[in-house]
Amino acid sequence: MLPSYGVIGVFAIVAILFPLVALSIAWLVRPKKPTPLKKSTYECGMETFGDTWVQFRVQYYLYALVFVLFDIETVFLLPWAVVYNQLGLFALAEMLLFITLLVVGLVYAWRKGALEWL
Amino acid sequence: MLDAIRNLWSLIYNLFPNLAQALAAFLRGTGLPGWGVDLLMALLSALVVVISVLLGMLGMTLMERKVMGRMQNRLGPNRVGPLGLLQPIADAIKFLIKEDIVPTNADRWVHTLAPIVAAIPAVLVYAVIPFGKGMAAADLNIGVLYILAVSSITTIGIVMAGWASNNKYSLLGGMRAAAQIISYEVPLVLSMLVAVMLAGSLSLGKIVEAQGGLLGILGWNVFRVPFGTLAFLTYMICAVAELNRTPFDLPEGESEIVTGYITEYSGLKWGLFYLGEYFNAIAVSAIATTLFLGGWQGPILPPYVWFLGKVLVIVFILIWLRSTLPRFRVDQLMGFAWKVVLPIALVNIFVTGAAITLWQAFVK
Repeated sequence: MLPSYGVIGVFAIVAILFPLVALSIAWLVRPKKPTPLKKSTYECGMETFGDTWVQFRVQYYLYALVFVLFDIETVFLLPWAVVYNQLGLFALAEMLLFITLLVVGLVYAWRKGALEWL
Repeated sequence: MLDAIRNLWSLIYNLFPNLAQALAAFLRGTGLPGWGVDLLMALLSALVVVISVLLGMLGMTLMERKVMGRMQNRLGPNRVGPLGLLQPIADAIKFLIKEDIVPTNADRWVHTLAPIVAAIPAVLVYAVIPFGKGMAAADLNIGVLYILAVSSITTIGIVMAGWASNNKYSLLGGMRAAAQIISYEVPLVLSMLVAVMLAGSLSLGKIVEAQGGLLGILGWNVFRVPFGTLAFLTYMICAVAELNRTPFDLPEGESEIVTGYITEYSGLKWGLFYLGEYFNAIAVSAIATTLFLGGWQGPILPPYVWFLGKVLVIVFILIWLRSTLPRFRVDQLMGFAWKVVLPIALVNIFVTGAAITLWQAFVK
């Protein structure tokens, strides 16, 4: 038998070829008649004004920071969940402590208003 | 006579694994080297999975339009072919022959790459899903982690699309999508963990097997009240949010930001986003089935029939939600993720842990 990751590799090749082949077929059969008006940026029928690539508020990135925190936590939780059956009460207490520390962080972010969308 | 019927039934029951074995035996008989047979079988399984999911996706688009039509007291598509059955094929052809418009101001390369990046993970996820008994293309021992890792690549495609289009609506849509998807990813992982804890394994095959046993249907994780049911509910909420489907379809809100990150897409590039979205919808339903509804487990009928039936039920629920609920506001959406679903999912993990410990203490 091919090792499982070999199958994943074959799958990846198929997955990459699939959109490429579809786009190539479309490239062959579709019409190509660009006009300047057609290629202008859409903005509800108006001429576009101002710059698109603007700066976002810093609050937006606070979500990303909180996310990184909790995503790392879930990475720690994954192996814990797998062996939980064998570890029992001690593991539960330990993880409870770990999560409590994180929840304190979440509550802090919450109270500081980091979770408000502006 | 009775034996013949029994043999036939066992053939139908394990139809696909039997077919695969017969084919592998035939290929070995033709004198191919061992690795060649393996490679060919892997390629074949990948192609079969991609084609069946593609058919499933076409079916889902039709089902969605039909069911939504009926729910809104109208007929839905009924002109192309008998009962409108050929409508998705007509749509697919239309995607192919539509002109591809790239705005002058857009970042040409990223604009072209974005739909490809969004479509690839949608296909890759299916590599580990057990469609029936022994019907996973690759039953990885870290299946759940693989799914999480692969499916989060879609976000990059969406942000690329929003950025490259150089359109204000697209940028807003892309940024909203990024914020929404990462926010709902945390409770999503936490609710999947409940199934992992109950099975003691990250392999999807093992998780399905753990839901079988003597209890029958009652062994499914969704029937393990309260934590299994709660995990299923939080999983479904987060999954719908990850899919950007109604009521969480803010990144593509037609009425406010003109379908968001796909405003500037046309032709097959738009089609690839659409395809990726439906592939993901079916994948999410399949994962929900595997983790919480017992996968292919079920009495009497063949495993793949059970699996298909359960996936169809979840797909129907997704469509039902779409035609029932209005759209959230952005602040409500983000608040809901961090202040409601995340605490529930966190507490649920510990309820599950306590329940397992109690079970071990009193039953064993």
